[in-house]
Amino acid sequence: MVEATGSPISNQQSFEHGMEEEEKHILGFWIFLATDLVLFACLFATYLVLRTHTDGGPTEAQLFDIPMFTLETFILLTSSFTCGLAVREMRNGHLGRLMGWLAVTILLGLAFVGIEVNEFLSYSLEGATMQRSAFLSGFFTLVGTHGLHVSLGIVWMISVGIQLMRDRIQPTTARKLFNAGLYWHFLDVVWVMIYTVVYLMGVMK
Amino acid sequence: MFKSLVLYLKNADPLIQMSAVAIVLTLIGIVVALTYYKKWGWLWREWITTVDHKKIGIMYLICALLMLFRGGVDALLMRTQLAFPGMNFLDAQHYNEIFTTHGTIMILFVAMPMLFAMMNIAVPLQIGARDVAFPFLNAVSFWLFFFGALLFNLSFVLGGSPDAGWVSYPPLAELSHSPGPGINYYVLSLQISGIGSIATGINFIVTILKMRAPGMTLMRMPLFTWSVLASCIVIIFAFPALTVALALLGLDRIAGTHFFTMLHGGNPMMYVNLFWIWGHPEVYIAILPVYGIFSEIVSTFSKKYIFGYKSMVISLMLISVIGYFVWVHHFFTMGAGPGVNSFFAVASMAVGIPTGVKVFNWLFTMFRGRIRLTLPMLWTLAFIPCFAIGGATGVMLAAAPGDYQFHNSYVVIAHFHQTLIGGAVFGLLAGMYYWWPKMFGFKLNETLGKWAFWFFNIGFYVCFMPQYALGLMGMTRRVYTYPAATGWGTLNFVSTIGAYLMGIGFLFIVVQVLYSIRYGERDMTGDPWDGRTLEWSLPSPVPYYNFAQIPTVNGRDAWWEMKQQRKEYSLSSTKELKPIHMPNNSSLPFFMGLAFFVAGFGLVFNQFMIATVGLIGVVVCMLWRSLEKDTGHWISVDEIKQMEAS
Repeated sequence: MVEATGSPISNQQSFEHGMEEEEKHILGFWIFLATDLVLFACLFATYLVLRTHTDGGPTEAQLFDIPMFTLETFILLTSSFTCGLAVREMRNGHLGRLMGWLAVTILLGLAFVGIEVNEFLSYSLEGATMQRSAFLSGFFTLVGTHGLHVSLGIVWMISVGIQLMRDRIQPTTARKLFNAGLYWHFLDVVWVMIYTVVYLMGVMK
Repeated sequence: MFKSLVLYLKNADPLIQMSAVAIVLTLIGIVVALTYYKKWGWLWREWITTVDHKKIGIMYLICALLMLFRGGVDALLMRTQLAFPGMNFLDAQHYNEIFTTHGTIMILFVAMPMLFAMMNIAVPLQIGARDVAFPFLNAVSFWLFFFGALLFNLSFVLGGSPDAGWVSYPPLAELSHSPGPGINYYVLSLQISGIGSIATGINFIVTILKMRAPGMTLMRMPLFTWSVLASCIVIIFAFPALTVALALLGLDRIAGTHFFTMLHGGNPMMYVNLFWIWGHPEVYIAILPVYGIFSEIVSTFSKKYIFGYKSMVISLMLISVIGYFVWVHHFFTMGAGPGVNSFFAVASMAVGIPTGVKVFNWLFTMFRGRIRLTLPMLWTLAFIPCFAIGGATGVMLAAAPGDYQFHNSYVVIAHFHQTLIGGAVFGLLAGMYYWWPKMFGFKLNETLGKWAFWFFNIGFYVCFMPQYALGLMGMTRRVYTYPAATGWGTLNFVSTIGAYLMGIGFLFIVVQVLYSIRYGERDMTGDPWDGRTLEWSLPSPVPYYNFAQIPTVNGRDAWWEMKQQRKEYSLSSTKELKPIHMPNNSSLPFFMGLAFFVAGFGLVFNQFMIATVGLIGVVVCMLWRSLEKDTGHWISVDEIKQMEAS
């Protein structure tokens, strides 16, 4: 059960797994993701219970705009791919290419958040605010919590980017980039659930 | 806002005005004393900025005991009001506030921190680690708990306490039925301390899985460490549900949404489900580590290996899984239907099976053991019959048809006090006595402790046994007064006497601690109980790097094995010492807690400017930490030699 401490990093594939200290942080982050998953599960359950409680207000089918949420999905899935490319370049030791893919990921993330803010604003201007009905309370909270996570992820990736510029690729920065990547893929998985349960099931009715 | 607070205090109840004055005087007293004795620097460097798990554990313990005092005073005020029919000691509103704060404080600000105190003090030492996996995060957890508790207690003097019960069910807890900041205090203080609890859960799972000394396989781990692992698994699956329940209730109250309102499609039952998805596992979070504490104590003071180690581990894990599938038994009467009720009734009763396994294992461990009746052992012995009765009444309540009769009556009150006091409180006190010499380097006085023990135990039965009868006689919970014609007067009076006896028991513990600081037996060996696990191989109090050399473990009860083999009371000192790497102290956890406090305080009073400042503070603290290059520091061999020699 004992980790080999301070062993030289011979295998580049496991850069971020190279040291015991980084290994602990990665396991801890996986467990954190488990807690975040329970959080989203509770929000999904609440949404599913309340989705029909529109109180005479707008329904899902009336609100959701198929091209827009499909575009959002494409952007976020692509950003997950570019994030994976960034981690790959890190393992290859190419700092420049890593920074490039990280920048692309951040820009795609910003585009996603921009579309979502635009969506929320347009609903609100139509009178579909989160105070209108229980359904809308559930919708804005579930999707908004995801959006807030994405925004925090962007801030985090910027911070990791600064550290990579400052400290280059070494075990600590590698681990931070890896964890930020895990977080980003996790948000992608949650979005696929939102895409299915909220948007697709919403417009299918 | 300040003006309205002053106005509020002017018009407040004399009890609240007096408390406000007392708080201000105490604060002035602390400030003057710290300045006079020039202790500010010491407090800052040694405690507030510390990342040492043992010191964090001690801070949790102190806060828990202070909160136990506050929660206990709440209990005595309630019992005084109920002592006679038609009493006029408290009015209805005041009574509502007191039973709400009593419940919330006892569960979240006494049981949880006391638990975290034991975890922090014992787990890294038991597994042969130098610290927890994330020492900085550990400090953050503590300060989130501290500022959450502070925010909650502030409600008593500023703006009004929450008054919708410790469960705060909507629609009663909605703005329409509970205007004013009371419930906001509840929502935000629990949210802040809850985030800290999730972080602690993650921290200890990683610590236990990744930081065990060489040779300590999972099946050689001390049972307390196992129980903490089980408890932390429940924490990470249960607490996010509380986060969601509180966030949605907070949105309803602060942002005007309609999750749980009676209007615009809200569904209050959704809150009840989310709350108890956390709420029932929470009692297992509190009780599982206590099982671990009892296992350590029974084995140590019977001088035997624990009976049925493997079945102990399996039962811990079973309880943590089954305990997650019982939440609906808190609302059998809300119309979920017979199918759902049956599932949750059976699940609730099933918890009794692994628990029974544990009780029998403790009894078999004691059988033919050389038992020493020290304080930890006394509390363990008192726990067994108490918890057996609590378990039996629990099965009564778990049977859905029975629950239709007992629901919301004093039977429920008596049952959960029996399990939570007879289980968690007895166990945590036993743990406190057991590890006290390790924490502070002296033993607590046994005679005074026995007085406390007997007052508390006799008081317990005098207080809660009549409540079973009262429940069967039809007395419901949360009533603040009752007419003489009900015939409840005598039993209530007896119950109140019991509550005061328990209060006297608590005072004996206070006296015991104060007396022992001065006269308590010093622990020079580091192993005052002739212990069996690794923490007893270290001097008391433990040096901040814990182990000068990480021990190699060859079996269960590692220290006992070493003592048997070597017949000498020190770890081999022939091995060469190496410099030790330790994390740096940091003031960021304190400031992060403070930022959360400011944000929470702003939201309580709908002051969004203050809240924004607080939230920006939180993000700044996180970014600061992320960009900080904190590589810790090294302790040289000379320093270790110096520390080990002294």
